[in-house]
Amino acid sequence: MIWTAIIATSFIAFMLKYLGQAVPARWLENARIQKFALHLPTALLAALVAVQTLGNQKGIVFDARSVAVLVAGVALFLKAPFPVVVLLAALTSAGIHQL
Amino acid sequence: MSRAILRDSLSVALTVGVYGIAFGAAAVEADLSVLQACVLSLLAFTGASQFAVVGVLGAGGSALSAIIAASLLGVRNSFYGLRMAPILQVRGVKRFAAAQITIDESTAVSVAQEDKGLAAMRLGFWATGVGVYIFWNIFTLLGALGATALGDPAAWGLDAAVPAAFLGLLWPRLISNSARIVALLSIFLCTLLIPFAAAGVPVIACALIPFIFAYVGDRK
Repeated sequence: MIWTAIIATSFIAFMLKYLGQAVPARWLENARIQKFALHLPTALLAALVAVQTLGNQKGIVFDARSVAVLVAGVALFLKAPFPVVVLLAALTSAGIHQL
Repeated sequence: MSRAILRDSLSVALTVGVYGIAFGAAAVEADLSVLQACVLSLLAFTGASQFAVVGVLGAGGSALSAIIAASLLGVRNSFYGLRMAPILQVRGVKRFAAAQITIDESTAVSVAQEDKGLAAMRLGFWATGVGVYIFWNIFTLLGALGATALGDPAAWGLDAAVPAAFLGLLWPRLISNSARIVALLSIFLCTLLIPFAAAGVPVIACALIPFIFAYVGDRK
């Protein structure tokens, strides 16, 4: 199952990249399509933050991840670089697990 | 001139490449093998989509949800390709290579050279794309090996690394009010759906929000 996801994702990812180079420009120049494309990653990344922070097998939980993501948010607000943000979140969660 | 562009490209490539550590570790935390993590970085080579695959699979989602969520995130690369095609003007094998390294960073560095002409834009694209490709794959391997060596991922806080990584990818996109509204609505809708839908489905459902924004909200 994991290999299926890897191979299919890779194939589609490449085709999407290639498509942009290969299709006539006017196909994608529609203002609505452009607006959709601009906001699509924002919506999906926000959804992924929610799922990965709050979701577990039973539904919604507030656990060490919620605190860690809050810390990550503060770090981003203070303009910390990406690896520092991830490291701080991991340290926060690890610290809570140690308690 | 070209030295300054190469310096920009290298610094972007190194910084972004280091994120590969977070990806490699997240992949192992989601029960991918080191080989699977590396193959995904080599072939898919688009960070947010790769994180989506391991995020959805790690949460117990189906392969299909993982593929759909990752592919929706990859749609933006088509638009980067569209932007780059008239600048690069490549065919055949070179176009395949150009397509594979058409990502956020190579496009951004290239577009930033606009005032310096086509040659500068091409150099920025190729140098950044190839640089990120090399570093991203090296650091994926290191992250995956590192996480394997660590053992219990939750004890090291890796469970929180994935959502923090998504937040880090989301943050630079929140530059307009409409982007912030899209993000908030998406978090709201997704949280509502989590208890009722299979893992991965709430994420895919959130593609509705930008669709509504583009096709209903705007009455131009």
